[in-house]
Amino acid sequence: MEHKRLTLFAGHYGSGKTNIAVNYALMLANEGKKVCIADLDIVNPYFRTKDSADELEKAGVALVSPQFANSNVDLPALPAEAYRLVTDKATYGIMDIGGDDRGAYALGRYVPSIIEENCYRLVYVANCYRPLTRTPEEALEVMREIEAACGLQFTDIINNSNLGEETTAETLLASLDYIDQLCKISGLPLFAHTAIPPVAAELSKELTPVISLHLQKKIF
Amino acid sequence: MAERVLMKGNEAIAEAAIRAGCRHYFGYPITPQTEIAAYMAKKMPKIGGVFLQAESEIASINMVYGAAAAGVRVMTSSSSPGISLKAEGLSYIAGSDVPALVVNVQRGGPGLGGIQPSQSDYFQATKGGGHGDYKMIVLAPASVQEMASLTIKGFNLADKYLMTSMILADGTIGQMMEPITFEDAEIENYDKPWALTGTNCERAHNIVNSLYLKPDELEMKNIERFERYKLIEEREAMWEEYMMEDAEFCVVAFGIAARVAKNAVVAARNEGIKVGLIRPITLWPFPKDALLAAADQVKGFISVELNMGQMIEDIRLYTQSKKPVGLCNRCGGMIPEPDEILESIRNAQKGVF
Repeated sequence: MEHKRLTLFAGHYGSGKTNIAVNYALMLANEGKKVCIADLDIVNPYFRTKDSADELEKAGVALVSPQFANSNVDLPALPAEAYRLVTDKATYGIMDIGGDDRGAYALGRYVPSIIEENCYRLVYVANCYRPLTRTPEEALEVMREIEAACGLQFTDIINNSNLGEETTAETLLASLDYIDQLCKISGLPLFAHTAIPPVAAELSKELTPVISLHLQKKIF
Repeated sequence: MAERVLMKGNEAIAEAAIRAGCRHYFGYPITPQTEIAAYMAKKMPKIGGVFLQAESEIASINMVYGAAAAGVRVMTSSSSPGISLKAEGLSYIAGSDVPALVVNVQRGGPGLGGIQPSQSDYFQATKGGGHGDYKMIVLAPASVQEMASLTIKGFNLADKYLMTSMILADGTIGQMMEPITFEDAEIENYDKPWALTGTNCERAHNIVNSLYLKPDELEMKNIERFERYKLIEEREAMWEEYMMEDAEFCVVAFGIAARVAKNAVVAARNEGIKVGLIRPITLWPFPKDALLAAADQVKGFISVELNMGQMIEDIRLYTQSKKPVGLCNRCGGMIPEPDEILESIRNAQKGVF
């Protein structure tokens, strides 16, 4: 898997962007790379990159998070420090972008620098089990809305089709036609599949590459 | 088998409402219920429905009142401070005996409070909220699947008893994602001969109103309404019992608190403590028969709540204070860890409530 200097995850809300961004950051850090992850989500009040702060710190991944993330303040403000991702070219940068077009507006601020450097992937996170993107055509519509909002075009698709903890190999296999079709109508390559560890292990030979995803801890 | 989809709790409410035949949504934005409005905004225009973002909560609840008076299935959704603003409308809807569905995805209070989850609107939901003598049917989902099923149930009960059903959820259940299935919605259809649908010059005018010029008529209307409430108390209470067969202690919790409490009950059982859980699914009508029966069986109760202790008053009331009732709570947007609840259960075993 070839890594670009910047990897940006965007998509429909609830498609799994944060989880993938965190896992991808940890994966790069494990390969010995210097990594910084930025939470650019201005939409979602709960379940954020910051929830994984301890794990990221342990792995040596720098975290840039809005000042008011996980607080009681509903203020969609981004920290100035987020510019670090586009200016610090010695570090691999990962951006977790808010859902849908509304979330993607926040990315627009950094797009001129991203295009100038021209070493990025903008990855569309696809989950065919999400109700508003049940068909490849609906997913393409969301992609186009996001591109219009942030001013950057998608370069890749990641298949994060899952049913949460109920995900089995069949769940992922049943998504392949959808993903093929989405790649076809968008003209974009598949970056990777993702799955929870047991499913990733089971399908590692059949599907390549599969990124093994560790989910955030739950107490309920 | 119907297909599995991965949904947020808030989205499940919106999709279930559409499947229950709701084609009218009026709301005003507030975190953490935003996805309900977002889902409706996306879907309603595609299916010939109405999504309208009003200029305020007060406007939106009065649009609900109007649509309900016209006999259509209608809903609004908000979060704690927004529900306070809707309280006047809720009272008018109750006084006019029209059906509506109102969703409260609770956040911490009082005042502007915060955007993190809470259950601090228990009093407001179960004891009225607005002015006057009235009740709402209050449904408390504890999973994304229940967000869907109780929404459909809520519409049916509202039509059946001509009143408001409230879905009392919290931010966590609204925001979290779980795989769910939409079975074919069991939609109950009730004639609405009272609805304002136009007379076609073929019948007398219908009037929907909460104003009575004669006090004796208003009194009679209130008495009639409470006879209906009495029927609901007899028929419609819902609850879940977990490991109560041989329980010596009973944890009582609803919504997200019940999910954390369930983990604590399992942990306590592993330590040999005989503890069970009663989870009220309807908060009004409160499952008082289940609680009263448990009071004759257990040595004490623990109320687990995301507030300063509100449901605990109903537990004491309906168990006739036969046994001690302890409180294990967090508030302001905090959720208890299972260990905190486990500690309360251990204390209960030592006789400390």
